[in-house]
Amino acid sequence: MNEMTKITTLKDWETDQEVRWCPGCGDYAILKAVQRTMPELGVRPEDTLFISGIGCSSRFPYYMETYGFHTIHGRAPAVATGAKLANPDLDVWIITGDGDALSIGGNHTMHLLRRNLDCQIMLFNNEIYGLTKGQYSPTSRVGTNTPSTPYGSVDRPASPCAFALGSGARFIARGIDIHKDLTNVLKAAHAHKGAAFIEIFQNCIVYNKDVFDEFAAKKTAASTQLLLADGEPMLFEKGARGIAMDRETLSLKVVDVVDGDWQAANVIVHDVTNRSVAHMLIEMPFGEFPMAIGVLYDDPRPTFEAAVVEQNVEAAKGKKPDLQALLNKGQTWTVTEDGPEL
Amino acid sequence: MATALKQDDNGNNQPENAENVVVRFAGDSGDGMQLTGGQFTLSTALAGSDLATFPDFPAEIRAPQGTLFGVSAFQINFGSRAIETAGDEPDVLIAMNPAALKTNVDALRDGGLIIADSGEFGKRNLDKAKYENNPLEDGSLAKWQLLKLDISALTLEAVKPFGLGNKEALRSKNMWTLGLALWMFERERQPIIDWLKTKFAKLPAVADANIAALNAGHAYGETAELSGDGLGGGHLTTRKVGAAPSAPGEYRTVTGAEALSLGLVAGAQLADVPMFFGGYPITPASAILHHLSRLKEFDVTTFQAEDEIAAIAAAIGASYAGKLGITSSSGPGIALKGEAMGLAIMTELPLVIINSQRGGPSTGLPTKTEQSDLYQAVYGRNGDAPMPVIAARSPSDAFECAIEAVRIAVQYMTPVMLLTDGYIANAAEPWKIPDVASLEPFPVTYLDKMPEGGLKPYSRDEKFARPWIKPGTPELMHRIGGIEKGIDTGHIDYGSANHQKMTEIRRDKVLGVADSIPDQDVALGNAGGKLAVVGWGSTYGPIHQAVRRAVEAGKDVAHIHIRNIWPMPKNLGELLKSYDRVIVPEMNTGQLKTVLRDQYLVDAKPINKVSGQPFTIAEIDAAIEENLS
Repeated sequence: MNEMTKITTLKDWETDQEVRWCPGCGDYAILKAVQRTMPELGVRPEDTLFISGIGCSSRFPYYMETYGFHTIHGRAPAVATGAKLANPDLDVWIITGDGDALSIGGNHTMHLLRRNLDCQIMLFNNEIYGLTKGQYSPTSRVGTNTPSTPYGSVDRPASPCAFALGSGARFIARGIDIHKDLTNVLKAAHAHKGAAFIEIFQNCIVYNKDVFDEFAAKKTAASTQLLLADGEPMLFEKGARGIAMDRETLSLKVVDVVDGDWQAANVIVHDVTNRSVAHMLIEMPFGEFPMAIGVLYDDPRPTFEAAVVEQNVEAAKGKKPDLQALLNKGQTWTVTEDGPEL
Repeated sequence: MATALKQDDNGNNQPENAENVVVRFAGDSGDGMQLTGGQFTLSTALAGSDLATFPDFPAEIRAPQGTLFGVSAFQINFGSRAIETAGDEPDVLIAMNPAALKTNVDALRDGGLIIADSGEFGKRNLDKAKYENNPLEDGSLAKWQLLKLDISALTLEAVKPFGLGNKEALRSKNMWTLGLALWMFERERQPIIDWLKTKFAKLPAVADANIAALNAGHAYGETAELSGDGLGGGHLTTRKVGAAPSAPGEYRTVTGAEALSLGLVAGAQLADVPMFFGGYPITPASAILHHLSRLKEFDVTTFQAEDEIAAIAAAIGASYAGKLGITSSSGPGIALKGEAMGLAIMTELPLVIINSQRGGPSTGLPTKTEQSDLYQAVYGRNGDAPMPVIAARSPSDAFECAIEAVRIAVQYMTPVMLLTDGYIANAAEPWKIPDVASLEPFPVTYLDKMPEGGLKPYSRDEKFARPWIKPGTPELMHRIGGIEKGIDTGHIDYGSANHQKMTEIRRDKVLGVADSIPDQDVALGNAGGKLAVVGWGSTYGPIHQAVRRAVEAGKDVAHIHIRNIWPMPKNLGELLKSYDRVIVPEMNTGQLKTVLRDQYLVDAKPINKVSGQPFTIAEIDAAIEENLS
């Protein structure tokens, strides 16, 4: 934290705007989590920029007492790229949804991740198009019944985290809207220098109610969630079970842990820099496995805007920005009253 | 129009001080014709002649060799008087193969000169060009003068000492040809030699071979006493095209893409704001991205985005963050940017959008010119989405237009569309280099502290412009977006009265730009009279030349050329009504005509051409003639 940075409180991050999500929407919990986290990050509201696309989640910037830009469908990553390149000191947060980030804006999401723009991308995944009244989305499961798929959707869903990893993201995390641990995920994302991708399971209580209950419900969470922590063994069900590597098939497996001796059960210790294991954690089929929650992958690389700035400075080195000289560049000739002079 | 050759009483061709000459270089797209033309242009400009060029190349990068669709041509019109077009009909055609001859010879003026590389007229190439007989031998070119030279063999001979392979050696053919052309018109070789040395600094053998070819072509002209069919037994001699009268000053050649890039840099400097340029490769707009990406010392950041939408969206993000966002494309890309333009209009951020127009619709004619995106520029967005539109008329005019676009964008907090086209982008002309000190600065101001009465992000100045507030400024945090804004506050407001009012404000703000632009002038002829020929964009040259001829012939015709397409100059309506007739030549099916009729209820008559080629002067002549009778 910069010594000069004044301490803020939750109130400093709230706007006077009336929040217009449906009562009970998971977005409220996420908004509170973010507003609660900001004071702990040691950042200032005036240096913070929230950029969103279109969708229920994209109303988010209006409720944050920071700079904010509610852009157009799918394009928030592109607007964010321009803003961050124009002023790399801004702390940029992108708020998006499953349709916004993976359908209409999939291209921009991919390129932002591969370029590694320093920002936090919060993808509110509710597996549905809420704002347009309930059509299926690119993350909806096969068979989802919606106004546009009255006989059930037939196409396979995209996996946001697998998409992010494949696009070259260097930070990937998962959170749950009402989960108290969400703030820790946000803090880790903010601490990561580069594009930090966070998939947040968000409950759309109107069009896709409780679709994540099988792992998000508090009652069963202990056995359905694998809460990851760097350097800690991958245990769940209060330490009674864990994740180990099946050395023959080179895939993960669930093992029983007897008397807390996870080492004996060969439970893997989570190493956030291990990309291969991150991939396996992301792809673990739910049911047979728990849902991996928390920071799945965190291995920073130089950022896009830093490279751009560095190259700009390097290329400009020793050159004077002399406009007249620029206009006169190349071969010129002079015309006098008597005609051209060669 | 000058004759290509003039004979004395003994049948020898005389050196002639031609008023102007049109030369077309044509060859396979791999033959380097654009390069040859470009360097010939440079030497011509350095000699002080006025000039205009027309590069005409296929969309394919390397079309199959020798084919008709793979022909690339470069035409230059240069003279000792003012030159405004690349010329209707070439006087000289240099054809590097049968396909180049076939696709270009019909344009050559009767009696004009063909110089053909006979070494390329073997059966295989004749077949590819669909010639049954060799046209160099069968008398079919009788109405022109013909000079057959085995340029291929002569080039191989000239570059032999440098030990290049056959294929590589033949690449110097264009330099041999250029050498001959330089000799024909008494041009200096040194600037080309200097250029070759720089270009091939890392490949000295290639540089030497090209220089040797250039010198050999030149020497060949000097010593060989070239004679051929239709030369009346005489031989080819040189002709000098003198310097054109032009205002004193320092000059260089410039293409539209260069001038526009320089104008954007100048505009950003005059506005005292760093530039952010977001682009995506597209013909013929990419050249602007290429130019700007080398000018980092001018605080220019360039960003090659993942697509057209990202290019404009990033530019909007940069503008929000306090830089001047600029994006550039051609028609299809501009279509993709449409929604984001609406966002810039709604959020009232400065933005410059450049459209290097090409033939359309869809992919259309990527490398050919057209000016058919005027509707798109003025009307082509959802909602009532007004945006100032300016159109450059020539390569050098693009410089001023770019500065003007920047000025309007930052002073009115609005996106501005700047129209140019493929012809302007690629064509070169001499340019009197502006004196930077004479350019008027228009520095921007950002709102940087809390105003009395609190922050209102959508409050307005006398131009109806809202304040520009950079994120990072303490206390002035605010939210903007594409949803309708409440008056003054900028908060979300769907209210019907509010939307009515905000729509009117956005309209009036853009219409108010007319207060800051000059009255419409008459480029040539009188204000008021029988006939006004009204144009915009790159039709300036042929219209001006045709009107000049008509005026010189005592006809009552005027040329009006509109730069400010939207909003239009305040006096334009009255001016148009002061003529009995108004005709509007356009390279589209009548788009400016529609706007003029709509705005002023004038009976503007369309003169249209959409062949992918610029108007000829003769075509405008004919239209003038018809409308005066």
